[in-house]
Amino acid sequence: MTQSNRLSGGQIDRNTTLKFTFDGKTYDGHPGDTLASALLANNVRLMGRSFKYHRPRGPLTAGSEEPNAIVELRSGDRQEPNTRATTAELYDGLVAKSQNRWPSLAFDAMAINDRFSNFLTAGFYYKTFMWPAAFWEKVYEPIIRKAAGLGSLSMQADPDAYDKGFRHCELLIVGAGPAGLMAALTAGRAGRDVILADEDFAMGGQLNSETFALNDAPALDWTTATVAELSSLPNVRLMPRTTVIGAFDHGIYGAVERISDHLETPPEGKPRQILWRIYTQKTLLCAGATERSIAFENNDRPGIMLASAIRTYANRWAATPAQRVTIFTNNDDGHRTAADLHAKHVNIAAVVDTRADAPFSSDYEVIKGAQVVDTKGRLGLTFAELRLANGESRTVECGALGVSGGWNPNVHLTCHQRGRPTWNEDLAAFVPGADLPPGMTVAGAADGTFSTHGALTSGANAAARILDIKPSDAPTTEDAAVRQTPFWFVEGCSRAWLDQQNDVTVKDVKLSHQEGFRSVEHLKRYTTLGMATDQGKTSNMGGLAIMAELVGKSIPEVGTTIFRPPYTPTAIGVLGGRMRGMDFHPTRLTPSHFWAKERGAVFVEVGNWLRAQWFPIAGETNWRASVDREVRATRNSVGVCDCTTLGKIDVQGTDAALFLNKVYCNGFAKLAVGKTRYGLMLREDGIAMDDGTAGRLAEDHFVVTTTTANAGKVYQHMEFVRQCLMPDADVQLISTTEAWAQYAVAGPNSRKLLQKIVDPAFDISNDGFPFMACGNITVCGGLRARLFRISFSGELAFEIAVPSRYGDALIRKLMAQGEEFDVTPYGTEALGVMRIEKGHAAGNELNGTTTALNLGMGRMVSKAKDSIGSKLSERAGLNEDGALAQVGIKPVNAADKITAGGHLMAATGPVDAKHDQGYVTSAAFSPSLDHMIGLGFLKDGGSRLGETMRLVSPVTDLTVEVEIVSAHFVDPEGERVRA
Amino acid sequence: MIINHPLLGPRDSAEFIYMGDAGLINRPDPETASGEEWYAYAYLRDNPAGEHRELWWHEGGDRSWLVVTRNTVTHEISKVEIARDVARAQGRSK
Amino acid sequence: MRYSGFKVIKEALTGHRGWTPAWRDPEPQSHYDIVIIGGGGHGLATAHYLSKVYDEKRVAVLEKGWIGGGNVGRNTTIIRSNYLLDGNEPFYEMSLKLWEGLEQDLNYNAMISQRGIMNLIHSDAQRDAFVRRGNAMMLNGADAEYLNEDQIRKEYPFLNFDDARFPIKGGLAQRRGGTVRHDAVAWGFARSADSHGVDIIQNCEVQGFRIEGGVCKGVETSRGFVGAGKVGCAVAGNSGRLMAMAGMRLPIESHVLQAFVSEGLKPVLPGVITFGAGHFYVSQSDKGGLVFGGDLDGYNSYAQRGNLPVVEDVCEGGMAIMPMIGRARMLRMWGGIMDMSMDGSPIIDRTHIDGLYFNGGWCYGGFKATPASGYAFAHLLAKDEPHETATAYRIDRFRTGHMIDEKGMGNQPNLH
Repeated sequence: MTQSNRLSGGQIDRNTTLKFTFDGKTYDGHPGDTLASALLANNVRLMGRSFKYHRPRGPLTAGSEEPNAIVELRSGDRQEPNTRATTAELYDGLVAKSQNRWPSLAFDAMAINDRFSNFLTAGFYYKTFMWPAAFWEKVYEPIIRKAAGLGSLSMQADPDAYDKGFRHCELLIVGAGPAGLMAALTAGRAGRDVILADEDFAMGGQLNSETFALNDAPALDWTTATVAELSSLPNVRLMPRTTVIGAFDHGIYGAVERISDHLETPPEGKPRQILWRIYTQKTLLCAGATERSIAFENNDRPGIMLASAIRTYANRWAATPAQRVTIFTNNDDGHRTAADLHAKHVNIAAVVDTRADAPFSSDYEVIKGAQVVDTKGRLGLTFAELRLANGESRTVECGALGVSGGWNPNVHLTCHQRGRPTWNEDLAAFVPGADLPPGMTVAGAADGTFSTHGALTSGANAAARILDIKPSDAPTTEDAAVRQTPFWFVEGCSRAWLDQQNDVTVKDVKLSHQEGFRSVEHLKRYTTLGMATDQGKTSNMGGLAIMAELVGKSIPEVGTTIFRPPYTPTAIGVLGGRMRGMDFHPTRLTPSHFWAKERGAVFVEVGNWLRAQWFPIAGETNWRASVDREVRATRNSVGVCDCTTLGKIDVQGTDAALFLNKVYCNGFAKLAVGKTRYGLMLREDGIAMDDGTAGRLAEDHFVVTTTTANAGKVYQHMEFVRQCLMPDADVQLISTTEAWAQYAVAGPNSRKLLQKIVDPAFDISNDGFPFMACGNITVCGGLRARLFRISFSGELAFEIAVPSRYGDALIRKLMAQGEEFDVTPYGTEALGVMRIEKGHAAGNELNGTTTALNLGMGRMVSKAKDSIGSKLSERAGLNEDGALAQVGIKPVNAADKITAGGHLMAATGPVDAKHDQGYVTSAAFSPSLDHMIGLGFLKDGGSRLGETMRLVSPVTDLTVEVEIVSAHFVDPEGERVRA
Repeated sequence: MIINHPLLGPRDSAEFIYMGDAGLINRPDPETASGEEWYAYAYLRDNPAGEHRELWWHEGGDRSWLVVTRNTVTHEISKVEIARDVARAQGRSK
Repeated sequence: MRYSGFKVIKEALTGHRGWTPAWRDPEPQSHYDIVIIGGGGHGLATAHYLSKVYDEKRVAVLEKGWIGGGNVGRNTTIIRSNYLLDGNEPFYEMSLKLWEGLEQDLNYNAMISQRGIMNLIHSDAQRDAFVRRGNAMMLNGADAEYLNEDQIRKEYPFLNFDDARFPIKGGLAQRRGGTVRHDAVAWGFARSADSHGVDIIQNCEVQGFRIEGGVCKGVETSRGFVGAGKVGCAVAGNSGRLMAMAGMRLPIESHVLQAFVSEGLKPVLPGVITFGAGHFYVSQSDKGGLVFGGDLDGYNSYAQRGNLPVVEDVCEGGMAIMPMIGRARMLRMWGGIMDMSMDGSPIIDRTHIDGLYFNGGWCYGGFKATPASGYAFAHLLAKDEPHETATAYRIDRFRTGHMIDEKGMGNQPNLH
């Protein structure tokens, strides 16, 4: 029989039937249902298994605090483990599976653990599995890992998209229950800028679970009308299906809106979820309260639920977990559940009230001063055992047991900035403390105002107070005073569950106490109490109360653990948003990118840049062939390389030279206009930071280049020096990296090639434009350009820059004009080979630990002036005898390999860290020398040229005899660059 | 966090790069400072639990260096100044 | 009391009546030979080795709250010894060796699990640096293994190989790396130290030092004065606050580092994975949660909580490298206070005050160092000279220019 436990009424659309499957079996439900409500309506109570003992589990709650009814929702690459059936909206075709059981939910072999529970007490694993020593990792742990965990990931990439966005408001109201709705009405009617967010798909909060009247009409009428009015206000934004997950600094809240989780798949172009960062001036927390349970023996069977949850299922979803229900309560709220169920013709077996003065009912039996002491039913509740006021026992047959132990305000967000809640003796509950996140106010049940009228008015008043406006009138309603008498556990209980998911029982808390783990944090960590996916919402208070009893202190003296974000578990996907796959980081393209792509270039990631790595041509089967050709072609004729990615910083002002003198360790004050100079920049701690060139285009105008990797860092550093250390200097900086497309034109024919495009007015002959010259020129008939005669390759070379928008045209022009010289584009590999051949330091050498001295540039650090880093570079530890010095390395046997990352050892003797003499920073095959070469740092390297050593790289299984040589492999005298 | 930029108004801290204690403005006088002063400048920090004057760079904005007075326990920001003004007020020039 | 499988069975059959507190709850005495400030991992480890290895009998650990409540109780539980520099590698390798024998040493199962750590490589420069590091590790007697892309693909088929902004080009593995049940480390050291006579005193906050004539005579606490022959400070993120009471400024800033755990999942990851092109590293606990983290928030903080931008940054890294975790849910986030030093390496040294010793500057590498830190600090306290693996951890190394800068970031703590 389908939906045998479906009642009358409810907020479901009975005109539409939705088909869904759970563990392969098909059921019917209706729009408005959750998976849990639909399963209960179909008389399915068993929905999961617990973590440790694999005890049968049914829903405990009707909301996001659910610890038990968690399932694998959807299938294939959309499979979502640990999804709470109590919040999963039903849709047609929904597929769900139970998890953490084998072979089936009803028969779970791992339930054997329950039989051994006496051995598997809190912390048992710390005391055993130690013998023999090797067995922990080889035997015990693999078994434990396999058994652990709850649901499974599909192991496939999440196919859905996630978005992020920003929202701003004057007042953020969290929770659209009675307090939140009244607050929104108050603020909204006053024209204020409001966001009202609620995790539920239906606004109304607890009102959706109740049958009493507001303004003498069903509560739903008022809720519907209120939501309609709020929707009509342009200054109010309603955000249902939106969980505010965290309260962060300065009024920034994280919120996750579920756009498509109630659908089978997200609609075309829509994300699954959106992470909103809500920036608000004020926040009103109206998050309601969560009912708490009572600990008694075997209080964890499917069918045993929070009483208010049973009421919610009955009233909102017209579903009941069973046709015969017992209520166990210590307060009046439990009676309300009984009355509502009775009104829906559910058989109330009894209301068991711990209080001797419990209210009377003519509709069903109220057993006063009694307790539920045990239950029966293997896969679901069948009987409750009572202990009556006179001490006698009684057994009650029932399929569901609603437990009400009072209510805990949902104070979680109030603690996100490490404020602690305070104990309210009247309510026997923690309420928001004084130390709230700045700008936050709390109203309604979240603030301990448990009556409906109280919540309605407190919401209105809070909004009025925050915004200094008049509160809206609350609807009239009955206002039963809530009497909350603490009653946490049944005397003598032992296997009474506190944390139903993690299987933490009263017995575990007692053991924790016995072994000295008495602080709340120790209790939590030792027993795993509160570490379940409900984040302790249904378990912490019970454990705390029992520990308080055991240590003979009050609950507030024992303390409370702090609540941390997120409020409910949050998909990692939505926190990552769009920044995944190729969009993980922005991709910066060089001006010649599209041209290079047409040429079939292979690209490589260089930071966020994509650069051409080499340009294969027909017939080349491996990268080395391409790179070797590019190097030879450049050294023999002319090559072109896009070097736009190097950082470019424009430095202008009458104090520009003074400024550069400060940031570079070598001098720039006397650099002539029209000249370029190599510069080495130190950090203040005396270590080399970056190198580059600075060309003086005018008395008050320099162009500085940086390495690609450090462009941002150097600019930041220079701005620091300018603004913070030299505030009165007349100097301005701007990064022009993207403004200029820059190409290296290198090789003996580079001048000839450039002469074809540089306008004739400019003399770029060796006399007219010698090595290290620079200047503003025009090319191609009037296009402004900058020309630098600098060389990274060691060849006669220039770098030419044109405004970026001409970058593509320029590369095409250079290639066309260079045909007669067989001009060859080269990529970063050939660039790297040539700079190693030339012995130029690059990123691998400027690794943040090397000094000017190490780099062979110790004398560049000017003593004649102050510069950043010069003083601290003088420290003894950076100037010791035998300091590392940059050297060249070549294999003794030309066929041998040189490996960057290899370490240098003496030719004979031990190979270990104590005998380590240095390391190889860069290595490449040199087509010019026809063997591999390397650069490295060697202790006292400067005086060891010619020495034979061993290069060892055990991690790549390499030992090679090498010779220490000058780092300048090609043209050591530097004749070519001056040609 | 939100930093109330003196020129641009409230800006998200994600637009900024943090450097550290604003004492870094007080670079020792290269003419007179001892090695000990340089060491203290570069390496020693008050690291207070409470009010902290610190340098933030508006990388994603106007590239100003700011001196932000922020409580390291509560993260509350009580003052934001242009670092250049602070440096001048402390007697730095060129 | 000795823990064992037999003991567990015996107690299970006799109603668990025989379990006694894991450590005593003593009143502070008026004087100890050695007082350790800080009942975290390092302080408790120091007490363990002092009492067990160095035979110091009159030792107390003073803890302002509950033991194990600092970074040992809030970290991502990773152990490894994959360091580059000679000042560091022997020390961390000793630590890893101590981890390997810790369960037997403590008679406490801290679930040391050497399922390996894999540093992914995404560029040629990164490969060169990792090869150098792998070699340094092996030359120091540690294990390291270089893997190419195909080997990574075979071992970690679920990583993003085909749609990656920064393709995986290889990896450096340390198979002996892994994870440890972090809380159990504090408890195991505490229990052992207690059994060797150390007084572990919780809820005892140090409020000042009594220093007379340049000699530290003891500490003023919330429970009165406690005299001491020697005082050792091991308070990690609170180092600045504590040492200020002795008039010291440190080469340390306190920063917040956030970490995250997902809901429990059936086995997903074999070991620890670090993503070399983003701020993300992850492992899976024995309980099934993905434990992951990334970069510092970046600003000085004592707040033990961070902000959204870094949460997002970490999850972006996670989704970039293993997009199959998108539908797993983050269960909890937390923040710890890191004692970030000026070169990213720790300090274990005497101070200029006689009888006052300092252990700190662990940055976010303190957990893996716990046993070696305790051992070396105990050695220093007992012998008044540095342990052979910790000779580089001098407090004056910045003055003399002997920095131990693994990352090469210089004197800006948040970059390490």
